[in-house]
Amino acid sequence: MDFTKFIFGIYPYIALTVFLVGSLIRFDREQYSWKADSSQLFEKEQLRKGSILFHIGVLALFFGHLAGLVTPHTWFLGMGVSDMAHQYIAIIAGAVFGTICMLGGVILWRRRMGNPRVRVNSRFMDIFILDWLLVTLALGLITIPFSLLHALKGDASTMVYLAEWVQSVLLFRAEPAMLADVGWIYKLHLFFGMTVFLLFPFTRLVHVWSIPLGYLQRPYQVVRSRFR
Amino acid sequence: MKVRANFALVFNLDKCIGCHTCSVTCKNVWTNRKGVEYAWFNNVESKPGIGYPKDWEDQEKWNGGWVLNNGELELKSGSRLTRLRNIFMNPDMPVIDDYYEPFTYDYAHLQNTPLLEAAPTARPRSLLDDSRMEKIAWGPNWEDGLAGEFEKRGKDTNFNDMEKQVYAEFENSFHMFLPRMCNHCVNPSCVASCPSGAMYKREEDGIVLVDQNKCRSWRMCISNCPYKKVFYNWETGKAEKCTGCYPRVESGLPTVCSESCVGRIRYNGVMLYDADRIAELASMEDVQDLYQAQLDIFLDPNDPEVIRQAKEDGIPGSWMEAARKSPIYKMAVEWQVAFPLHPEFRTMPMVWYVPPLSPVQSQIDQGNLETAPDGVIPKIETLRLPIKYLANMLTAGKEEPVVLALKRMIAMRSYYRSLNVEGKTDLAVLQEVGLDEAQVKEMYRYMAIANYEDRFVIPTSHEELRQEDPYAFQGQNGFSFGNEGCSISSQATLFPEPRKKVEHVLEFNAYLPAKSSNGEAV
Repeated sequence: MDFTKFIFGIYPYIALTVFLVGSLIRFDREQYSWKADSSQLFEKEQLRKGSILFHIGVLALFFGHLAGLVTPHTWFLGMGVSDMAHQYIAIIAGAVFGTICMLGGVILWRRRMGNPRVRVNSRFMDIFILDWLLVTLALGLITIPFSLLHALKGDASTMVYLAEWVQSVLLFRAEPAMLADVGWIYKLHLFFGMTVFLLFPFTRLVHVWSIPLGYLQRPYQVVRSRFR
Repeated sequence: MKVRANFALVFNLDKCIGCHTCSVTCKNVWTNRKGVEYAWFNNVESKPGIGYPKDWEDQEKWNGGWVLNNGELELKSGSRLTRLRNIFMNPDMPVIDDYYEPFTYDYAHLQNTPLLEAAPTARPRSLLDDSRMEKIAWGPNWEDGLAGEFEKRGKDTNFNDMEKQVYAEFENSFHMFLPRMCNHCVNPSCVASCPSGAMYKREEDGIVLVDQNKCRSWRMCISNCPYKKVFYNWETGKAEKCTGCYPRVESGLPTVCSESCVGRIRYNGVMLYDADRIAELASMEDVQDLYQAQLDIFLDPNDPEVIRQAKEDGIPGSWMEAARKSPIYKMAVEWQVAFPLHPEFRTMPMVWYVPPLSPVQSQIDQGNLETAPDGVIPKIETLRLPIKYLANMLTAGKEEPVVLALKRMIAMRSYYRSLNVEGKTDLAVLQEVGLDEAQVKEMYRYMAIANYEDRFVIPTSHEELRQEDPYAFQGQNGFSFGNEGCSISSQATLFPEPRKKVEHVLEFNAYLPAKSSNGEAV
């Protein structure tokens, strides 16, 4: 089996399986380690700028990718969104939120590496996953000029191929061949992105699962009876 | 009416000598671990002073506790949505320097230096990043015994509405100690602020705890507790707080801080309250009514109606018995000599304080101060501590209850002086403050003698009611962190382990006989 087939035909499933099963096992067996692991107690001002920008950026990027890549092609056309419009929305939103996220990420990175208290008390994985996310993000940002070139030529095929491939993976009939004509920079971004899922359960990223939306509905006070 | 029992404490500040034994014993038991070196579940502050962490009482700065918003209780930090919006960065949270940077000393240097002309010194080193600390600029209890200039200490918010410059002068300075711990509030704002619902109040005894497995380090509790008694463990990334020494309390033992108090100032007991009236009584329009409101939420354990309802609500008989003998009930409700700390935070704290008397004894001895006719007992007007200051601390500024409490404490002394010195009982002083002879005798027994069995009336938790399947608890090792309490977990894990600083603990085989090189025991 050739390398491309493995990376885009099998690796996605490895990454997703580790992501889901790993998260489940960690939640079940190691819930004490399930946390955002904030370092705000050590440093607040840099975090204020970095964390807010980074989180806004990364959330927008996640949902942007989700909407842009997972929505079936026909739905977009049905909604009257042409491929070119889709591509320009993706380029603009990606550029804006990618830049916001990168700005925040760089502030966070400088804080983590530069503040002695934060640096000394960072685990290997804390630094590694931040580095990894920033590289993935940088690769994503680098794809933008290429996409823009495609767009200016009126060619939306790369975007359509990427979306089709993502959907083929999610429907359990992965078609690595879809990516045959896609530029290497996109493929690199894909690889780094998939690996984020692979690393996810072994890092502090697990806190993403715990977005406490239930808090909005909960009564203020929590009283536990011993006869639960 | 819904009857609930709450483990409660009274601290008799009149007897606190500021020895910090409570803090040290608590630290040795609960926070002598990495990540919470800076945390003092119990600390003793010198007042006036800004305290620990700095300016904790100033809610304009930290946004802790509750406020009324159109007559509705809301956390001062804003709506639920505000907290979710601030989840990436809690703008109200203190940083570690607001507490202090924990440090140790290079003790080994004392032993390892070669012979020198000058004696070697052990210099301080940060416990956060191991860096050298040239100068320690703040620490726990930095203001002990009014240390530092008045400029800084005077920022104490209990000076509100006072001409505080008067007290900057040496002749007018005053001082008291304020031991503090988690108040195990009836209306806890830390619990209300926790987005993941990890914090909870135990139904059976009201102790407020953090579920270590459910805490996700959103750190809202840290800033929303107006007393700043929830701490962030930077090693584990979890919130930690005073546990009310629940493993001890469940067995009928007092908390470590109470047990070790050399001044016998701490009382542990049970209070009954009406859980249906929390919202109503915590929402008094005028903050000065909140002290009375909290008195009103307490239930009389001798009232037949309360007894009937308590039985229905599942309060065990031993707890009702303890509630009837509760030293807390006597001091807070019967004699009204104890007060909640900052009732204006609207959390309904369950650690109450007897305000200190502060006679200027040397001036009384020299005959420079007006006294009672006996020439010894001080008058309340001549006490050194300003009443307003105490009232700002204990009754949201309402002076009358504090004055009455101090007068009652003085009357108790008057009565016993007349009894022991003059040989006759002076009942007039008692009538003036609305006490009868039996009451003052009991007050004397509880507050002056303070026998162990009077100070600590703690029913056991009836654990036998809970463990339906004791076999399920076999092999577990009780209180521990992480999965260590679970018998099935192993040491190996794929997931992030605690940061480790290797400390070589004596291993078991260190106690085995050493062996010589040929394998024979020596």
